[in-house]
Amino acid sequence: MHEYSLVEALLRRVEDEARQRNATAVHGLKVSLGELAGVEPELFRTAYETFRTGTLCEKAALEIVRCPAIYVCPSCGKSFARGEVLRCERCARPARMDEKSDALLLESIDMEVP
Amino acid sequence: MCTTCGCGDSELVPVELHEKILAGNDRAAAHNREHFRESGVLALNIMGSPGSGKTAVLEATARVMKGVRLGAVSADLATDNDARRLQKAGIPSKAITTGQACHLDAELVHRSLHDFPWRDLDVFFIENVGNLVCPAIYDLGQEANVVVLSVTEGEDKPLKYPVMFQKADLVLVTKCDLIPHLDVDMGEIEDALSRVMPDPRILKLSARTGEGMDAWRAWLETMRGRMPDGRTGTAHTHAHGHAYGHSHEHEHEHEHEHEHEHEHEHEHEHEPE
Repeated sequence: MHEYSLVEALLRRVEDEARQRNATAVHGLKVSLGELAGVEPELFRTAYETFRTGTLCEKAALEIVRCPAIYVCPSCGKSFARGEVLRCERCARPARMDEKSDALLLESIDMEVP
Repeated sequence: MCTTCGCGDSELVPVELHEKILAGNDRAAAHNREHFRESGVLALNIMGSPGSGKTAVLEATARVMKGVRLGAVSADLATDNDARRLQKAGIPSKAITTGQACHLDAELVHRSLHDFPWRDLDVFFIENVGNLVCPAIYDLGQEANVVVLSVTEGEDKPLKYPVMFQKADLVLVTKCDLIPHLDVDMGEIEDALSRVMPDPRILKLSARTGEGMDAWRAWLETMRGRMPDGRTGTAHTHAHGHAYGHSHEHEHEHEHEHEHEHEHEHEHEHEPE
């Protein structure tokens, strides 16, 4: 259940950013969660609903962009299906993970500034 | 104020950040890593299920690495049992009681360093909370992640917990002395690992019989040899590096007469990212 500590870190970051810009309200947040980020999006949302009360994000909509796990061969570019052995037989090279696969990113904040 | 018509209403602005949610943890981890590297301490994050044998592997390590100064912090939700076991095995240890937290983070590790003589160590084990999910996503400042998987856990554990295994630099398959008594297929464990790890490194061992401990010791020695200041086992806490290139693929011990001209922020060749 580390989703709660992640959401706490997220809210802290958003409040810092909002304060710096003298924002009066936050309308929306966008986060990217990779399939290999170790985060369950539904739990993340539940944690967000719980923790946003009383914060600047109280009325902010949370948009979650899910990023699939993508592995490709660094030589020939072959992509690997889920459950496949992560090694390119033809090139004899281990697959490379696309960096979005384990993304845990705060992409953007929509905030109201005076 | 609204800049379109100057009406005095507030304005909605999109702020693009694209930054890691765990940026705070990552900063603390980078700080820990800098400390460890400066002092030539090989820090390892030991992860695995509850009961996978993390503590037993460390106890057995103390038996086969007598000349090497080992130390550990051991995380547990409620007890300090593991730290006491390690202490008894001759590994100076300290418990980190995490309360309700299911994982260690870099700040917890940093705090644990304050009253622990970690600088005097060659290898510093950070025994994480027994959990195959949460600890995987928190960088602690370790040099490598070691995931402990026991043969009693079922061959498909890597497929069920891909995130943990994807982060592993080394998988220790433990309790191998039990294989004759179980319906477990070692080939299936290796196959499952190859489907979640592009370049799996696996060592099979038994802490009880000592099987495989030589290979584990050799791995630890190789990792020590790759440390930024390539220590030979004597203590020195000053920061220094080597001026010849950024590759750590060489295995030899090197002298300490070169100038320190760069930070060691590069990734090692064996690391997945």
